[in-house]
Amino acid sequence: MSVVRKWLSHKANALLKPPAAQDPRDDEDRYFTTAIEREARATVKTDNRQQNTELSPMAEYKPPTSEAEFAANFSPKKPLMSDTEAYYESSRCLYCYDAPCITACPTGIDIPLFIRQINSDNKDGAAKTIYESNWMGHACGNVCPTEELCEGACVYNHSDVKPIEIGRLQAHATTVVIRSKKKLFRTGKDTGKKIAVIGAGPAGISAACELRMLGHAVDIFEAKAKPSGLCVYGVAPYKLTNEEALDEVAYLQEQFGFTVQYNKPINGRMDFEKLEKGYDAIFIGIGLGSTSALGIPGEDKQGVIGALEFVEELRMNHHKTPIGKKVIVLGGGNTAMDAASESCRMGADSVVIAYRRGPEEMGAYSFEFDLAKKSGAKALFNVTPVEVMGNGSVTGVKFIRNKAAYGKIEAIPGSEFVEPCDMVLLGTGQGKQVELLEQISGVKLEHKSRILDDRGRLVVNEQYQTNNPKYFAAGDAVNGGVEVVNAAAEAKKAAHGIDQYLKR
Amino acid sequence: MADLRTNLAGIKSPNPFWLASAPPTNSGYQIMKAFDAGWGGAVWKTLGVPVVNVSSRYGAVNYRDNRMVGFNNIELITDRPLADNLREISEVKKRFPEHAVIASLMVETREEWHQIVRDVENAGADGIELNFGCPHGMCERGMGSAVGQEPKVLQTIVEWVKEVAKVPVITKLTPNISDITRPARAARAGGSDAISLINTIQSVVGVDLDTFVPMPNVDGKSTNGGYCGPAVKPIALNMLKNCAQDSQVGIPISGIGGVENWRDAAEFILLGASSVQVCTAVMHYGFGIIRDLKSGLERYMDEKGFKTLDDFRGKALPNIVHWEDLNLKYKVVAEINADKCIGCQLCYTACEDGAHQAIGLSSDPLIRIPSIIEENCVGCNLCSIVCPVEDCITMERRDDGKEYLTWGDRTRAGNIPKTFDDELAGGRHHWVPEPADALTKKKPRHYKG
Repeated sequence: MSVVRKWLSHKANALLKPPAAQDPRDDEDRYFTTAIEREARATVKTDNRQQNTELSPMAEYKPPTSEAEFAANFSPKKPLMSDTEAYYESSRCLYCYDAPCITACPTGIDIPLFIRQINSDNKDGAAKTIYESNWMGHACGNVCPTEELCEGACVYNHSDVKPIEIGRLQAHATTVVIRSKKKLFRTGKDTGKKIAVIGAGPAGISAACELRMLGHAVDIFEAKAKPSGLCVYGVAPYKLTNEEALDEVAYLQEQFGFTVQYNKPINGRMDFEKLEKGYDAIFIGIGLGSTSALGIPGEDKQGVIGALEFVEELRMNHHKTPIGKKVIVLGGGNTAMDAASESCRMGADSVVIAYRRGPEEMGAYSFEFDLAKKSGAKALFNVTPVEVMGNGSVTGVKFIRNKAAYGKIEAIPGSEFVEPCDMVLLGTGQGKQVELLEQISGVKLEHKSRILDDRGRLVVNEQYQTNNPKYFAAGDAVNGGVEVVNAAAEAKKAAHGIDQYLKR
Repeated sequence: MADLRTNLAGIKSPNPFWLASAPPTNSGYQIMKAFDAGWGGAVWKTLGVPVVNVSSRYGAVNYRDNRMVGFNNIELITDRPLADNLREISEVKKRFPEHAVIASLMVETREEWHQIVRDVENAGADGIELNFGCPHGMCERGMGSAVGQEPKVLQTIVEWVKEVAKVPVITKLTPNISDITRPARAARAGGSDAISLINTIQSVVGVDLDTFVPMPNVDGKSTNGGYCGPAVKPIALNMLKNCAQDSQVGIPISGIGGVENWRDAAEFILLGASSVQVCTAVMHYGFGIIRDLKSGLERYMDEKGFKTLDDFRGKALPNIVHWEDLNLKYKVVAEINADKCIGCQLCYTACEDGAHQAIGLSSDPLIRIPSIIEENCVGCNLCSIVCPVEDCITMERRDDGKEYLTWGDRTRAGNIPKTFDDELAGGRHHWVPEPADALTKKKPRHYKG
C-alpha cells in the first residue's frame, strides 16, 4: 500500500490536483518585486533563446489587413489532422482498461474505442461513439482544455511519452461525418410532447439533440442571429472557426430536425408564459450575460470594453475589429488570456495582462497563460486597478500594488502607478442574467432565493430541474461558466430529466 | 574487434549478410550497389528459362502504423535472358572478388541442370543455390516447392547437379511441408553441401473489402503468393532449429526469414545459421540497413567476447529441448514494479479475460496500479508481454531451484494423470471463479450492452 501511495503522490497527484499555492509568508519579497515582466525579459530574452525554445522567440504579429492575414495570425491551435496523421496517432493508443481519459471527460466519451475505430478505418463509427456521449463532439475536440482533461489523464504522461492527441483525433472523426453529412442517429418514436429550448448554445443544442433522441419535438429560441453560443461568439478564433462551429450545428439539426428561431430573445414574463402554454417543458440554456462592470472611476471612457464583447466582435468582423496600440487586459481568467492572445494577434504593439494576485492564483489554465505569453503578452501581478485615466478616451490605468496577507490581498499604501494604454479589455467575469430569470412565473414572488443561488446561478436538482418543475436548465447559467464540454454533459442529463418528468 | 568473416561450406564472404534470391538481386547493378554498401554476399535472382510476369505482384500485412510486417509476392524467377545475367555475374565478380556471388537456379531436365550449372560456374559464381522453395507459379509447373515437397525428387535433382558442380551447392528448402528435416536429409543424401531456409510460405495476405479481390489484384483476380517479412521469423527459427539439431542433416545452413536488424541475425546464428539472407527488409528500406546489421552484430560480439561467428554459432541449440524435458518444478510469478507502472491496466484485462484471473484492481478508482494475486498466478508471462513499459512487470522465481522433475520423469514413474477427472490434473486445485460471477463483476461505466 505504501508503494501505491508513493506512486500516487509522485504521479497521479500531479495531474489530479493543481500545485498547492505557496504560503505567501514564505516569500514576502516577491510581492513587492514582481512587477512588469518586460524589464526582466530584456535580460532573459537572449539567455532563453538558447535554452528554452518555448519562451522565445516571441511571436510578433503585424496588424492583419485582410482575411488572409487574419487567418494567418489566427491559425488554428489544433489544426485538423490528415488521414495519415490520424492513422499514426491512433496507432499509439494503448487501449487502456477502464481508461483514465474516459473518466477525465465530463461527457465520458469512450475515447479508446473511438481511437480504435479511427485506426480500423471506421470513422463513422468513431464519430458515433463521440456523439453518443457528447453532441458538441466537434467543438469540444477543438476547444476543450484537453491538457487538463483527457490528454492530461493519458497514462503516457507517466512514462514521459507525449500523450495521445485526443482532441485532434476527435475533431478528425467528427469532421469526416460533418463533411459527408452522414446520418448516424435515428430520432426516437414521436411522443407527442413539445419542449421549448431557450438558447442555441452548447447546452441548448445538446439538450435538443438528446430530446429528439427521446422522441420529443423541440423548438429553440435564440436571441442572436447564429447558433452555438460562445462557440461562435466567445471562443478564440484560433480554437474554432465560425464555419466549423456552424457546420456542426447544421449537421445536427439536419439529423435531428429541431427548429431554431433566430433573433428571438425571451425577454420577460409574457414570453415565459407563452412558452409555458405552448410547451410541455422548458429548457433554459441562456448562459451568462455581458461583462460585469468593475466599479471604478473612468471605466465608461472610450476604449474600455468587455473582453467577451471584444472576442464577439473579433469573431464576427475579423481583421476589421478595432484594436489599440497599447492594450491592458484586466483579469486572470481564461477569457482574459484569450483576449490578450487575440490582441497580440491583432497586432497591438504591447499587451499587458494585469491581475490582482500572483500568477499561481490565476483562474486561467497555465497553458492559456503560456499561450498568451508566447503570443507576446506581458503580465503585471499583484496590482489592482483603481482608476481608468483619460479625457474622453482612455490613456492609462492607475494601479495600486498589493501584498498578500493570510490569503487576502492588501493594498500597499503609496504604491500607485499609471500604466499607459489606449485600450482596456475587461476580463473580469460575466454577469448573471438575474433579471431575466426572475421573470419566470411563480418564482420571483415566493421563491426567488430558491431558483437562483446567492451568486445568481440557477438552482437545479440532479435531474437539472429548477424549483419551477416545468423548467430545466444546464450550462453556464447553472454552473456559473465552465467549458463547452460541461454544458454538453449537463444538458444531456437535463434532457433525461425532462423525459422522466414528462413520463410522470 | 569482432571478425565477421564467413565461410559457409567453402563459400567465403566478408560478413554473414547476404541478399536472398529475390527482386533486390535481379541485376548486376543492384548487387554491385549492395556490395558497395557493405553486404557480404548475394544470391542472384533465380536463373532458368526466363518467365513472363504479371503486373501487380506484391501484397503486404500492415500492423497499425507498421507497414510490411508481413509481405507476399507472386513474382516468378528471372524474366531476363540468361546471357545477360551471366555477363553481369562476371562483371560483379571482377569488381568484388572477395564477395560471395551465389547463383540461384531452377530448371527442369537433367540436361538443363547440367548446362546451367556449367554456365554460372564459368561466369564466376562462388556457389549455387537450388531453388526448391518457390511456392507460387513455378510449383504449378512442377518446379520450386513442388520439388521441395518431394524428398525423393529433390534428392535426384541434387544428385544431377552434383554430377557436374565444382562449386559448393546449397539446397533451398520450402517451409510448406510438415517436417522440414525430411527434405533437409534428402538434400544431404543427394550430396548437397549446405541448405538454406526458409523460402516463402504460401499465403493470401488479405482481401479487399470493396472489390472482394485478395491482394495483389491482377485484373480482378489474385492467386496465392509467398509470405515473408518480420512476421515469418518465428517459423523460420523453428525450422532452422529442427534442421540444426538433426544429426542426419549435419550440413551448414544459411538462415532466411524475416531478418531485418542485427538482433534477428544474431538469433539465427545462435540457432545454427552460418550466414543469413535478407530480402524484405531491403525491399522496404534499401541496402543501407547493412550499416545497422554490421555495427550491431560487431558490438554484440565484442560485448559477449565472441571473436568469430563460430564462437557463438548454435549456442542456443542446447537450450531448446522437447516439452517433456522441461522442469515442472520451476515456478515464476509476475511482479509489478509500482514505480514504473503507468496505470494502463492492460495486464489486468489481459489476465482477467485471457488468462487466469490473477490480477486484481484497487477498489479506489484513483489507484490505478493493479496487484498480482500470487496464488492464482501460473507464471504464464502474458501480463509482462502486454505491459507497455520496459521492465515494469517482471517474472520472479519462487521455487528454490533444487528440484528438477520433468514430464518425462513423471511418465517413467507412472505419476501422470490418466483419467478424465484424475486427481493429478495440473489445474485441479487452482482457483477458478464461478461462471455466474462474470455477470455480477463490476464493469467500467462506458461498457454498454
